[in-house]
This record gives sequence, structure tokens and C-alpha cells, in this order.
Amino acid sequence: MKCDIILSGVGGQGILSIAAAIGLAAVDNHLFLKQSEVHGMSQRGGDVQSHLRISDRPVASDLIPHGKADLIISMEPMEALRYLPWLSETGWLVTSSNPYVNIPDYPPVDKLLTEIKEVKNYMIIDSDAMAKEAGSLKVGNMVLLGVASRFINLPVISIENAVRKLFKDKGDEIIAINLKALKSGMDFRR
Amino acid sequence: MQRLFLLGDEAIALGGIDAGMSGMYAYPGTPSTEIMEYVQRFPEAVERDIHREWSCNEKTALEAALGMSYTGKRAMAAMKHVGLNVAADAFINSAITGVNGGLIVVAADDPSMHSSQNEQDSRFYGKFSYVPVFEPSSQQEAYDMVFDAFDLSEKLRLPVLMRITTRLAHSRSAVLRKHPHPQKKINLPADPRQFVLLPAIARKKYRSLLSAYESLKYDNRINKFNIFRDGINRKLGVIACGIAYNYLIENLPDHDPDFPVLKIAAYPFPPDIIRDITERCEEILVLEEGYPVVEELLRGILDDNLKVLGRLDGTLPRDGELNPSIVAKALGMSAKPLRKVPEIVKPRPPSFCKGCGHSDTFQAIMEALKMFSTEGVFSDIGCYTLAALPPYNIINSCVDMGASVTMAVGAADAGLFPSVAVIGDSTFTHSGMTGLLDAVMKNSPVTIIISDNSTTGMTGGQKSHATGRLVSICSGLGVDPGHIRQITPLRKNHDENVRIMTEEFGYRGVSVIISSRECIQTALRRKKSETAGTTSKKDE
Repeated sequence: MKCDIILSGVGGQGILSIAAAIGLAAVDNHLFLKQSEVHGMSQRGGDVQSHLRISDRPVASDLIPHGKADLIISMEPMEALRYLPWLSETGWLVTSSNPYVNIPDYPPVDKLLTEIKEVKNYMIIDSDAMAKEAGSLKVGNMVLLGVASRFINLPVISIENAVRKLFKDKGDEIIAINLKALKSGMDFRR
Repeated sequence: MQRLFLLGDEAIALGGIDAGMSGMYAYPGTPSTEIMEYVQRFPEAVERDIHREWSCNEKTALEAALGMSYTGKRAMAAMKHVGLNVAADAFINSAITGVNGGLIVVAADDPSMHSSQNEQDSRFYGKFSYVPVFEPSSQQEAYDMVFDAFDLSEKLRLPVLMRITTRLAHSRSAVLRKHPHPQKKINLPADPRQFVLLPAIARKKYRSLLSAYESLKYDNRINKFNIFRDGINRKLGVIACGIAYNYLIENLPDHDPDFPVLKIAAYPFPPDIIRDITERCEEILVLEEGYPVVEELLRGILDDNLKVLGRLDGTLPRDGELNPSIVAKALGMSAKPLRKVPEIVKPRPPSFCKGCGHSDTFQAIMEALKMFSTEGVFSDIGCYTLAALPPYNIINSCVDMGASVTMAVGAADAGLFPSVAVIGDSTFTHSGMTGLLDAVMKNSPVTIIISDNSTTGMTGGQKSHATGRLVSICSGLGVDPGHIRQITPLRKNHDENVRIMTEEFGYRGVSVIISSRECIQTALRRKKSETAGTTSKKDE
């Protein structure tokens, strides 16, 4: 088993929480993993990405080779497209449809969605709406994790436990909202 | 033993804690910051009361670490690559004094300049100062090497340089802990002159350093990390240094090379291990992050008796970091055509956070400068460097820590008026204070704006040594208290701030404007932790 995942978004959107949840679930299943993160200048509203690699044999490179990612999970539609050179022919692109506009020349969203639909395997999710439904706009990342989890060969219970562990210091209410968002993503059907 | 999921930076920090280190010394700098941060928050480091306060700059950090080593205790100093330039005087001389307790200097290089002004290769400092260099390829190796590096440092009484690059610093993987060692007790150097580099003593010590460096090549603590593996396919042999080894292995079926591979993770290495591979193979490909250090050694100046492939002949790009795809190409593997990034995808450069005080400071500067012929300001390293980008475009320099002040002084010497510098609070106490004293000594007509957000912002909000001290520092250095102005960069104060700046820009002497408002990020974190009633936890 191996799953190479690119997580993308804008600094502050919570991609590292997605990475941490998958990472904890992978450790729970005795898998090998490497996860490269972006720290520093780009975190100030710039584009950020994380390479997360899980496998049942040791992982060599901290970076995913071009054309080898099994999955892109993007918090944002334009950022989803930025990492297409990494996506394998059979890979899935899971992205939020909600744009994060902090540059003057941000392209029209419908054009971005048209480009995303050019990819063979994609899922576009209105994660803001589903996060709001779950109780907080902040849990859009868990919605996307829920949607993407069907492409990651990890037991549902492991991912749920990872989310519980990740937010254990934040209180029961926060955990419940995050789990609700995760579940709504898992239940999502195109 | 316990398994932890750690960044390369954190693995080094934990290695230090478990190897009995008594002090970590550092100034924040991407990609090295998380080394100190891990020591600061790791419960066992707190229990053992390991020193974990930030230093003013990398030079003070390294000197303090050397002072701890003087007492016989183990110490580590961590910095980004350019920080080692700041600490270079101390570093190079520490090789000549030698150490007492083990001393490790960690330099985190940033090839491709993700968050830096250059991509200098710290391995050069190893050769320059004649100290051993360790270059781990994985988080586990980084952790394990710290133990060996401390042992080697004490055995040879030399500092050890540990070089990592961004991708290891900021990548997580599992690390298996070893049994922690106790800290060392105070045990002062047997030779009271060891650290006295009077020329007569220094000459003697330098000669012993030179011979120690030769013996290093045959030390098992170096050579156990340099591993040669023979292979049946001997057309091409590969020498891979540090993390580049991972990119090589990634590309091979079953991660198993059928050709000779020499992995280098410690320097200096003896000629024999190089001969092992060069004598077997027709061609040698050298994979290394940063400068072509090993490649140039192999080629020699005549570059004529060995077929070497690498950065210098175009097999690999001359600059920038490596990755698995670049290495695949160098190995001659055919690549499938990749998907392209659609043209509608636009760059998304970093920008000021919404509500950032720096942006209000720059709005006022831009307006005040309109009344003068000078266009733009000298600036420095920090979040405020983002004012070089639209819509501000107001910064004309960003060179090295503190250079805004001294470049403004030099430009004023040449007749530029007004000559204005903008520097952050933490950068000012790092390296701006001495430049301000230069200005005071000759009453240079400069205005220094300290954009004070009460933190070290760009690296994630570490404690700033300047907080609450800026007025007293500037007046202590001799700036006329009448020309030390304090403003609060808020939109409602804009007109008043422009007026004050205009007055000081027009003053033909040294003036300092301290523009203070807490960083929006640290303020948010502080409020969160106050409402939660707990100390703030580091998230992204």
C-alpha cells in the first residue's frame, strides 16, 4: 500500500491539520510516512503545500516525484491546479470550490472549475457550506479530509480517532464539530 | 523506546536533549527556528532545565554555547545558513580554541531560497574552519548523529557542524528515541590557556587543529556514516550526499541500486572511499544539495582524468534544490509528459496580514516621502520586506540583518537626503544598534524607523529582545531624546504619523521613529490563549 498526497491551500487555511490527522491514522496502522511542510515566508498569505507520503514500506524521498501523487487535497480551487504536474494519470483531485481571493488578478472561479473538470478524476466540494452546516466555517479542512478519505486506504475509525486526538485539548464541542464535518465529507456523494 | 513523529529540526533538538545537552542557543531563522522551539516546549527539556532562551543574534548564541562548552557541559547553537555568517568569527575561532564540553553548531541551509537571500552551502564553513561536518539524510539519522557528534566533539575537542537543508528541516518522519544521557557536570578545561588565542598560543593550537583535521578522515565516527555499496552494473556510480541520497533511492525499483553507490553524510572523508567507487565505474554522478562541493573536489582543477557528472556539466541544474524528478532525469530515466499548470493560475506571493501594523507604517512613510525628493527607503530582513511588493513598492534594499541602518548612513555620507531606514524591532537588536551608534558618532542625517511589532514575526512570533527597551536603547546610544519619536501605526493616527515623519525626515541629524503595534498574529494567539486559559500551542 502506498498513498502519496499533496495538500494545498493558502497560509492559515489548515492544511497541516489535515496532514496531521492522516499522519496519526497512518501511525495507528503501523505505516511508514514522511510529511514535508512549508514554514516561513509563504505562510503570510502565500501559497502553501505539504507532501504527505504513507506506505507499507520505508519512504525514501520527503518530496513526491512529479506525476506520482495519488491524491491532491486542496482547500482552494486555484491552488488545486498549481500542483497538477504532481498528479498521476489515475490520481484524484479533491478540492473546495470556495476561492480565497487575496490577489488583485484572481481568475474567475468558473474558469478555474472548468480547468479542474479537465482532470480525469476530480471532486469539487462546497466545503464552506458543509462546514457551516457542521457548526463552524473553520472545519472546511475536515470536510475535505472526509471526502478524500475514500481514496486513502485507512480505516474510518483510525481517521476519526486521529481527529479526536488532534483536537483533544480544545474541548468536546470542538471535537464534535470536527467529527461532524469529517462525517459529512465521508458521506458526500457526487 | 518511544517513537515520535518529528521534523528534522525537532529530531536534532530531541537528539540534543537525549544526548545530555545543557543548553540550546539560537536566533530564529527559517528553516532552523523549530530546533529551539522544540526544546522550549518539550516537557523533559523543561524538567531538566536545559537553557532554552533565544539569543540576540547568531554570534551571541554561538559564543554563549562556547562558554557553556568551556565549563565542560554540552551545548548546541542553531541558526539558518546566513546566521552562520553572523557567527562566523566565533565559529572559526572556536575551531582553534577547541571545545571542552561537546559543542554542535547546526546550520540550516535554504537551497532554492524559499525564505532567504542566498543559497550558500554551509559545508564550506567546515573546510574553512577545519571542523567535521555531519549532513544527515533522514530525521532518524539526524537524531542519532547528534550523539556521535557530541562524542566526537569531546574526543577531538573540536566543535562539530551539522548541516541540514530546508526539506529535512521541515519534513516529518518517525524517530525512535534512545535512552537519555544525563547532563555533564561542570569541569573546567585542564589547560587554562585553551581559550586564550594570543598569537603565540593560537599558532600552536592552529597547527594541532590542522593535524586533527587530517586524523578526522580516518575517525570511525565520521566514516560509519559514509557508506559504500557495490553493484554489478558498473557503468555509472553515484555519490549522493545528505538528503540527495533519498532522491536517488526513491527512483530505484525496490529502492535497491544495482550500481555502486557511495552515500556521504560526514566530512572530511578519506580518499579510499572515493577510490572505491571511482576505480570501479566509468562515470560518476554526484548528487548534493547546494554547491558542487564534492563534485569540485572530484574534478580537481584540471578536470581531466575522471568522467564526473553533476551540477557543473549541466547534468543537474547549477542552482536550486534537488528533487526526485531532477535526479531521475540525471539518471537518464525517461519521464512521462506531465500535466501542465493551467495559465490562469496566478502567483500568490506572501503579503501583509490584514490589519498588520507594518502596512500602516508604510502607508505613512509613502505619504511623508512625497514631500521630499528621495524615493523609497532602505530596509531589512523581516515581514516588512514585503513592502518591496505592490501596492507599496517602497523598499529599495534588503541585504542582511541590520544593513538598512548602515546603508542609510553610507548613503547620507554620500549626500542623499533624507536617507531613511526601516528596520524591525528584533532585527534592530540583532544587528541594527551598532550601525545606529555609527550614525550618532558622526551625527549622520538619517531617520531610522523601527517598525516594532514586539515580536520576531516572520519566523512565527518568537520573543523579541527589543520589546519595551527601544527608547532606552536609542537614548543610551546617544540619539537626542527630542528626536526619538514614538508613534502607533493605526489608520486613525495616519495624519499625525505623516506629520511626525515629515518633521524627522527634514531634520539634519540622527532621528529615530519607533512605530509600535503588536503583531496581529501574536495578538490573536495571545487572545486565544487568554480565553482558553492555557498557554498558546503552536499550530501552523
